[in-house]
Parts: sequence; C-alpha cells; structure tokens
Amino acid sequence: MEGSSGNMRRSEQGEKMKKVREKTAKKRIKEEEEEEQDQIFDFNNKPAEEEEEEEDDLSDSEDSVYSGLEDSGSDSEDDEDEDLSDNSDDDYVKVESEQTEQTEEKKKTEEAVTEGGEKNEDEYERDSSDEEDIRNTVGNIPMEWYRDFPHIGYNLDGKKIYKPIRNKDELDDFLDKMENPDYWRTVHDKQTGSDIVLSDEQVELVNRLQRGQFGDVNFNEYQPSVEFFSNDVMLHPVTNRPADKRSFIPSLIEKEKVSKLVHAIKMGWIKPRRVEDDSRGHYYDLWANEDSSILAKHRMHLPAPKIPLPGHQESYNPPPEYLFTDEERALWEQQDPSDGKLPFVPMKFSSLRQVPAFPRFIHERFERCLDLYLCPRQRKMRVNVNPEDLIPKLPKPRDLQPFPSTQALVYRGHSGLVRSISVSPSGQWLASGSDDGSVRFWEVCSSRCMKTVQVGGAVKNVAWNPNPSICLLAVALDSLVLILSPSLADRQIVSSSERLLSGQQEAESSEGAGSVVWSEAEEEELNQGIRLKIQHPKTVHQVAWHAKGDYLASVMPDHSSHLQVFIHQLSRRRSQNPFRRNKGLVQSVSFHPIRPYFFVATQRSVRIYNLVKQEMTKKLQANSKWISSMAVHPAGDHVICGSYDCRLSWFDLDLSTKPYKMLRHHKKAVRGVAYHRVYPLFASASDDGSVIVCHGTVYNDLLQNPLIVPVKVLRGHVITHDLGVLDVTFHPTQPWIFSSGADTTIRLFT
Amino acid sequence: MGGLQKKKFERGSATNYITRNKARKKLQLSLPDFRRLCILKGIYPHEPKHKKKVNKGSTAPRTFYLLKDIRFLLHEPIVGKFRDYKVFVRKLKKAYGKTEWSAVERLRENKPTYKLDHIIKERYPTFIDALRDIEDALCMCFLFSTFARTGKCHVQTIQLCRRLTVEWMNYVVAARALRKVFLSIKGIYYQAEVMGQLITWLVPYQFSHDHPTDVDYRVMATFTELYTTLLGFVNFRLYHSLNLLYPPKLDSKTESELREENEDDYAMNSECYLEKLSALSASLARVVSTAEEEEAELDQFPVEGEDLEKMEAREKELKQQEAQKKLFEGLKFYLNREVPRESLAFVIRSFGGQVSWDKSVCIGSTYEVTDETITHQIVDRPNINKQYINRYYIQPQWLYDCVNAKILLPVEDYFLGVTLPPHLSPFVEEKDGDYVPPEKEKILALQRGENPAHEQEDEDEEEEGEDEDEEEDDDNDDEEEEDEEEEAEEKNLKKMEEQKSQGKSLQVKVTPGKVKVENPARLEQEEKAEEKRLAIMMMKKKEKYLYDKIMFGKKRKIREANKLAAKRKAHDDAEKAKKKKARK
Repeated sequence: MEGSSGNMRRSEQGEKMKKVREKTAKKRIKEEEEEEQDQIFDFNNKPAEEEEEEEDDLSDSEDSVYSGLEDSGSDSEDDEDEDLSDNSDDDYVKVESEQTEQTEEKKKTEEAVTEGGEKNEDEYERDSSDEEDIRNTVGNIPMEWYRDFPHIGYNLDGKKIYKPIRNKDELDDFLDKMENPDYWRTVHDKQTGSDIVLSDEQVELVNRLQRGQFGDVNFNEYQPSVEFFSNDVMLHPVTNRPADKRSFIPSLIEKEKVSKLVHAIKMGWIKPRRVEDDSRGHYYDLWANEDSSILAKHRMHLPAPKIPLPGHQESYNPPPEYLFTDEERALWEQQDPSDGKLPFVPMKFSSLRQVPAFPRFIHERFERCLDLYLCPRQRKMRVNVNPEDLIPKLPKPRDLQPFPSTQALVYRGHSGLVRSISVSPSGQWLASGSDDGSVRFWEVCSSRCMKTVQVGGAVKNVAWNPNPSICLLAVALDSLVLILSPSLADRQIVSSSERLLSGQQEAESSEGAGSVVWSEAEEEELNQGIRLKIQHPKTVHQVAWHAKGDYLASVMPDHSSHLQVFIHQLSRRRSQNPFRRNKGLVQSVSFHPIRPYFFVATQRSVRIYNLVKQEMTKKLQANSKWISSMAVHPAGDHVICGSYDCRLSWFDLDLSTKPYKMLRHHKKAVRGVAYHRVYPLFASASDDGSVIVCHGTVYNDLLQNPLIVPVKVLRGHVITHDLGVLDVTFHPTQPWIFSSGADTTIRLFT
Repeated sequence: MGGLQKKKFERGSATNYITRNKARKKLQLSLPDFRRLCILKGIYPHEPKHKKKVNKGSTAPRTFYLLKDIRFLLHEPIVGKFRDYKVFVRKLKKAYGKTEWSAVERLRENKPTYKLDHIIKERYPTFIDALRDIEDALCMCFLFSTFARTGKCHVQTIQLCRRLTVEWMNYVVAARALRKVFLSIKGIYYQAEVMGQLITWLVPYQFSHDHPTDVDYRVMATFTELYTTLLGFVNFRLYHSLNLLYPPKLDSKTESELREENEDDYAMNSECYLEKLSALSASLARVVSTAEEEEAELDQFPVEGEDLEKMEAREKELKQQEAQKKLFEGLKFYLNREVPRESLAFVIRSFGGQVSWDKSVCIGSTYEVTDETITHQIVDRPNINKQYINRYYIQPQWLYDCVNAKILLPVEDYFLGVTLPPHLSPFVEEKDGDYVPPEKEKILALQRGENPAHEQEDEDEEEEGEDEDEEEDDDNDDEEEEDEEEEAEEKNLKKMEEQKSQGKSLQVKVTPGKVKVENPARLEQEEKAEEKRLAIMMMKKKEKYLYDKIMFGKKRKIREANKLAAKRKAHDDAEKAKKKKARK
C-alpha cells in the first residue's frame, strides 16, 4: 500500500513537474512574443481570464519550487521519502487541487488538438494554444493564404468566418489616422480581420513589456529568498526527521573505497599529493661550503667569452666623427655581416627622451644564447709578438764595408737599352752592348766612351776574355758571335791576343759541328777591331769565357733541339756541341773558375757537368719557375741563380742540390746576378729598377755556412717599358758595381 | 704481416667525439630536451681538429660533442626528470582522450618538476665563478623583466625576473658598487664592481617590445630558468655579505614613512612591496642594525722600489674610488616625470645622492618639488614653466657623464635647451696611437684638475701631437725622399746633357758650391731605417708573413685614427664657418 501510494504520488509529482516546466517555458515564450504583437492579442479578448491564469501560474510556481526541492531530495533516497510523506501531506492536497485544474485545461487543449489535428506538434512545441481564445481554428499560419478567399478561417463549429465587408483604402486609413483619437491604440487582427482598440491596461502591459519589465506590476523580482535549509539549527526545523541509523554505522561502501585507495597508495599507484612548495623563488647559501673537488670534473670547460664592451659609436649622442657619412652608410649597407661590419648604424639624438627602443634587442640576446650553447669554443692563442723581435739580428752593414753605396758615374751614349756590360780583367775598361746595334768601350774612371763599334744588330751579350794577358771581347748578336780585339791595352797584350786569333789557321777541321762557320773579318770590320765571326745556326743569347781565355761557350736557347750550347776553342778555331740530348731550354752557361766543370742553367735547374769525365755530376733544383741568370762564386763552390719569379737562390754545392737560401728581395723579375771576384759581395739586378748588393761571406771552414746579409739597395735606373736594370757586373778589383738599364744608361756605384 | 688488421676510425680522435644525433640517442632524449639539457649543463659542441677523421671519412657538416661531455650528462638526475615529464605528458594525453577528468587532475597535481640548485653548484663550484658568469644572467633577467605579461612566457618567470633584478639593483645601491654607466642606442650599460669582479649589464629602454617571430622563446626561457636560479643564489650570498636581510626588507624607519601614503593607488598588496623596493629610494634593513660601516684599515707594509710606486698608484686609485662612491653625497635631486626614473634613481642612489619624484609617477617619492633644499632637478624638455631659483635644471646626461668622469662636471653644458656635449663610452681606454676625441681630453684635463679655460692650449697640444704623427710618417717616406733627391740630380744632369747634345756652347759657369749641411741625427736615423729595411728583407717567410700582418694591423689602426681625426676636423671647421656666418 505504502509503496503503491508513494509510486502514485511520485508520478503525480512528476506530472506536476512537467507542468511547472511548461509554465516556465510559456513565460519565456511570452517574452519572446512581445515582438510579434498580433499573436499576443489573440487571447486579449478575455483579459480577465488571462490575469486569473497568471495568478494561478504564480501560485503554481511557488508550489513547484517548494515541491520540486523536496522532490529532488526524495529522488535520491527512498527511505527519506517515506519519512517525509507525513510532513508533505498538506502539500499533497494542494498539489491535488491544482492537478484538477490542470486536467481541465488539458481537456480543452485536447479538443483543440482534435480540431486542428495537423498542427499537433507545433502546438506542443510552443504550447500556446491551451489558454488562447480560439475563434479562428486555422492556427498559426500566414494569413496571406486566405487572401483570395471570402473567408479567413473556420470557427469552433467548423463554420467559415467571413471577412468583414469593408475595404479601407489608404485614404480611409489616413482619415482614420487624422480623426480617430484612438487610432494609436488600434490594432488590426489579421486572424479575425477586425480592428481592436486596446484598453489602458493592455497599453500599460505593452509598455512594460517593451521596457523589459515583468508584465505584472506587483511582481517583485528581487524579493528576499528564504533559505529553508541552512546550517543553523532552528527552533522550528523544516523537517523533524530523526537521524538515520546509517548515519551511526560506518559505511561499507566507503570502507571498500578507502581500502582500495590505501592499497593503491601502498602499491605506489597513487602518490600522495605533493606539498606545494614554491621552490622557484627560494634561495639559500649555495656556496656555504665551497669545495674545489668538482672543479676537476670540468677541466675541459672553457668559459664563454664576454660580449665586447661598447665604444663611442654606440652612444646615443656620439661625437660627430663617429657618425656615418653618406658614403660610409652606403658602404655599410653593402657590407656582409661576416666581414666585421658594425651591427648598428651610429645615431645621434639631441636628448635622452628621443631615444627609441632598439629594435634588435631581443634578437641580439637570442643570438648570444645561441652562441652560448651552439658554438664550439676554442682557445685561440693570440700571438703577442713585438714586431721588432721578429726582425733578425744581422751584422751592421757598416761593419761589412767595403761595398758600393753611392752612385758615382753615369755612362751615357747608347740610344737603345743596354743589354749587357762587361769589365775588362784589368778593370780599366768597360764594354757594353746595346739594342741600338753598337758596342761601346768606356774608360771606367772617366766615363768617357773610347770606342764605338757598330756591329749591325741588337747586341745580346758581351763578354771580356777573363785572361788578363789577352784582350779580347766576345759579342753575341743574332746568330753571330764576334770576337773583337779592342786594342785598348798594352801593345804586348794586344799582340798576344792577335797571335791567339791568327795562329790557328791550319786547324780548320770542323769536326762534329758542321753548322758552325768560322770566318775572318773583312777590311772595314778589321779597322773597327772585329777579328773573327762565328756563324751559328740559331740566335745566340749568351757567351761565356773559360777562365783561361781559350774556350768560349755560346748559348742558343731552343726547346726542340739538342743544339743549344757550343763550346768554341779560339786557338784551334774549333767548335763542338757537348750535349747529345735536349734537357730543356738552356738559359745560361758558365765555366767553373778553377776546375773542369761546366754549369748549364736550364729553365728550372742547374746541371753541372764534368768536362773531363764527360758526365753530369750534379743537378741543382732551383725551386723557381724560370731561371734568368746564373753566376758562379770565384771559389767555385757556390752558385747563385736569379729567376723571373723575383727570386734569387743561393746554392752551396757542398750542402745539397736544393738552394741554401732563397732571397725574395726584389719586387720584379731578376735579370742579372754577379759575384765579386775579390770581395765577398754579390749583386742582383731586377726589373724593379734596383740593384741589391749583398754581403755573402763564404768561410773556408766547411762546417760554417755562408752568411748572407743584404747591405745596400742601389737605385738610379729609371724603369722604361717595364724593364729596369738588365745587367750587373762587379769591378774586378775594386768594390764597385756597374749596372746597365733599359733607360740606355750604365751606372757605376762605388 | 701477422697481427690483427687495424680498423679505421676505432682509435684516436674518432673515438673522442660523438655526433649530436648519436648523443641524443644515447641519452634517449628528444632534440628539444637535449638542447635544454645542454643549455642547463653548459655543454657546447667541439670542433675537432681533423673533422674528416672524426667524421669517419665523410665531409658532411655535423655537430660534434665530446664523448666525455655526453657521458657526464648521462649521470645527470635531470635527465630522469625529463623522461618523467615525457611520461607525464603521455599519460595526460591519454586521460584527456578518455575524458577521465579526475585522472587529469591527479596527474596535474603530480606534474614532475625539477630544481637546478645542484647544477648551479656544479657549474660554479665557487662563488667567484658564479660572479664571473653573471653578466649574461643579468642581461637576460633585465630583458625578461621588461616583457609584457602576455603570452611569450610565464607570468611567474617575468615576476621572478623582476624581483631578482630589483634585488640586484638594491644590492648595487647598498654596496655602492656601480662604477660606470653608458647610454647607448641599445639600452643603458651599467658596470659594477662586485667583489673585485667587473660586471657589465645592459638594460633596455623602457618600451614595450616588438616581439620578433624568428626567435625561439623556448631557448630563451630555458636560459632564463637557469639564470634566475643563478641570480637568486648570487643575490642571497651578496646580501649576506653586506649583512642585509634576504629577501630584502626596507629599513623599518623608511618603511613606516612610506606606509603613511595610501598604497592602494599603486599596486595590489602582493606586488606593493616589490614596487616599493624597486623605487630604490629607501635603504634596506640590515641583520645587525648597528652596522656602521667600518672600513678595515689596510695595514701598511714596508715596501721598496717599484713596489712602492705600484702601492702608491693603488692607494691613489682607492682614494679616487672612495671619492667616486660619495660623488652625489649631499645633493638632492628631483626627477621630472619625463626622465627614465628607475635608471636615474639607481645611479643617484648608488653614488649617495637623495632622489625624489612626483608622487603620481611611482611609489616611494620622499619629498615634493617645492622642497627648497633640492639642488638639482633633472629635466628632459626644452623649457619648464615654473623654475625655482636655488636649484639647477639640468638634463639627465649630466648625471651619467659625472659618474663616468668621476667628478662633478660643470653644469653649464647641460642646462635646459642647451646642445649637449657628446656622451662618450666609459669603456674605451685609449692607448697611445688611438684616436682620442677632444671631449675625452677635456674630461681628462678636468680630472687632472686643470682649468678648462685653457682650451686654446689644449688645441695646440693636439696639433703638436698631430705633428708628431706626421713625423712618423716622414720616417716611412724617407726612402721616397731619397729617390726624389736623386731624381732631382738626374734632372739637372739631363738638362746639362741636353744642352750638350744640342751643340750649343756649353755655358761653362762655375757656381759657388753649396755646402750641404747634413744633419747628423737625421743621417743616423736614415741609416737605421735603411738597416731595418735590409733586415726585413732577410726575414724568413713565416716571420715575414706575421710581421706584415702585425704591421698591417698597426697601419690600419693609424689610418682609422687619422680618418676620425680628419672627419672631426672637417666637422669643426664647418661648425666654425657656420658660426661666423651667423655672426655676420
């Protein structure tokens, strides 16, 4: 019995709840509907009823609040519901009475539903039909649909409702507007097709709704809420239920839950909630006990370099010289960040308040961060050298005197560049060969030109016979080698040289070198001093005498033939080609001053042949691209080579085949090199117009390497056509040096 | 013959290095985590000497780490935390996917966190090490403290940075450690001397940042995480070295004074204290309240000779430093609202001055504009309406210049509306041969106690200096001069010759010979120069290269200095001309 009644009540309550919900929904809808006025006024015909209903609604809602709360309480626990039933008896009665009302209304609506069957769901959705006064049963449809019919719908009995017979046109309307004082409160009802004049209450209601207020004037929306259930123990409690039994005994379910949690915690599945410690901002004395034991761990660690400190140009108000000019700015814009570009443009602001934010600030910090963790670090040893310490300590040139230091004489007369010069063994005469086709003989001390021999062709080389008892000069031009007897010496010497030339007629045998033709000079040439002509097959570039003065070597550089060097014997008028094979372009040759050796400088190396054994004894690697000239030390153990790639290499024959020293003193190609016969001097002449005199002491002690000290740079020749000094030679006895240049002069430095 | 065949790349340098990817795999970390670890532990890549050997014969560009470093990382407890975090994220995702909100909450509560204390201790075993490396930390914290509290990083980080920087500034003020200040276009550089270490940091101007898109804020945040920890510990130690309370408390006396004002206007209660601290206008509370500074008198040791000189120099320097510390003592400053308050207050307070500002600018102002005892008012606007007679109205640069010059400069150059003299970098120390801007010379003269009225003299001196330079140049040009002489001779001779060749009667004329007066000193110099040139010729290739490089660098320096001097001269001339025109 109890259970069934409870059930019933619950079902009723449930229904009521639904009703309440409906009511609230209705209210909401009403508020919506204030925009569509015509719909509101459907039920305006009996406003009294409406008001009544509203009152009902209010009371209803109060009840519902009450019961609803209770309901929610009873929902969860059945037992409580039973206990409460006594208390809620009076409520129950109320509910019942209301229920009857509701059912009445329900019936009405059901009728409506049966009539307008097709709008079923619409009605339920909006739920507005139940309290409407329905005269027209067409329902909520656009009334245009009935425009073309005489009627506008059907009444409850199913009879047609006809449109009122009237057709108000615009004019009527206007007149009405002008005359009718109630026009403003007149509303046209489309559904009935009649005009309705609103009453004062209705106008008031519309106004209130438009203002967003409640329709009921008396309704207080802010009435104080009554808290029925509070934590205070009240004198008259709302419910007087004694406490449950279950509130005294421990809950099994809870016990189960707790034991589960305990188990999970024990197993480590659930960790206890961590104590919220704000350790981020908590600091202490970290270095209280400093120990250096950790230091050892990180020995490889290099601290990051610090950011360089700013200079004047970074100031917001720098001195004017640090600001960029237009060109500098343009240059700055073109510069790549890698080549030491300033990372900002210096700017000047007249006061501090005008300084803007630096746009790349975050970038720079970020780049610094990247540097810190992405850049490999390396300790770079900065060379902190005093440049003065790098300069080698050499003996002072003053201590190495004598050497030529000043220009003493200039020999002028040639009109072409002077290719070659040579000093007579006595040191009194100087011969020079020039491109103007003449060979000139100068007196050294007076710079007077004693003799000029026109040989008819650019002279490539001149060479005095080194034998002091013979006075002869070899001149190389084109394919000829001329032997001149300048007769500038004692008669005895002249005659001895003449004898050397003339006495060998009988040895006319031309063995081996058939291509060389010896011929006597003609009348005219005899007067000039030319004694012999040696015709070669190719252009002769250089001639070199043997120290005894009998042999003469001539060089005809040619890539493709082994006929590059001839050795002539004057006394027997014999020529021979010592080489059977081509070993490269021969640049110059020289005889060993004492021993029977022969030096041949090809393009990249110097070969030394033993003339007696007829074999090569040494090959010196010059380490240069193209040897231009070569000179042999009077002792015969050292050779210097000048090359077109600005180098001078000094070979010590006792040491190795590699240069003992490479001297890169000249800026341009080295054209000529020379040794002094007596003094420990050598010189090199170059296209840069300078002659560099070096002191090169050669010790007799084999253990001591030669000491090379540059002592003087001699300048004076003018560079013409990119050619500077072409030849250089020392005076045989004095520390004097002659140089010939492309500027047609010969100069003597003493 | 016999023995095992040696395999390539199994010994030597190839085994000492490890590529980044391999290292990452070895540590079982994702690349971002690996990066974070490297940042926190201070591990950086190494460039092997023979890259190809290390790279197993390949020349592909790779980043190498020392294997030792990576092994060192293996034992780092934080690696475990990273892995935990990875697991945490995975679990969280799973819980989200299953919409198990309670699980999400529980996981959130147990989010793994880590501390960096041990890393700091390990990276900086001693306090001095930490101080040496504090510059980057300061720059970063100052930057982060200026960030807006939106988006780019956690608000807590920004707040922490702000707190730490304020603490640092308060320490510098309390220790009177500031030495140099420089207003650059990037921001304001400060240099402080803390425990004998010179520490320079850069503070950006107070503007909101235009956050660039090509910057990885995660990297910056990781650095900041490390730096805040470092800076916090350093601050703690520094505060304790001065017997100050940490976290800093304002002096009780000043605190009560400040309290009178209505604090609510400025900040929430939680932030109010920090704001008050950052106002920098009050001194800090000490642990021992009686802490009257007792400077430990240095004992005098008898010294001799050179040491004596050094000692004297050091003493002099110390004295100067002491004087600098009390530079603004007794002066009362008032900051107008348009000047950078924090920077100026920091500078003034660091040198013992009193400072105040308008109440509405910031909390912590101590006196009003109307205070009659104010000596200087810092203004940065062209003119000001209401002026008080008994105070100087000066532009803010004066303060900074004074600090750098270590003396109070004459205020005339810094009055309102006056074109300011250039602001020079105090970090540049000119060696002889470098270009010295004339303003610097003026300041140096002032420091020496000379009267600036003798500007004329100074200029003369400058000119003399320039002359000397020219003389140096002459030495270099000697060679050329000789050439010129010879050429002249040559010309004479040529003329004679031409006359000869033209066949005209040679004008034989005997002109009285001129006695060439040869300056023996000059001759000697020439000789020496010649000697040097010759010796240079004999240098070895390697040494020659080095020598040339050094000389090139020197010459470039001279060239640059000359260029600057020339530019300055041109500018001054232009200015003078303008003035003259204006006068006419």
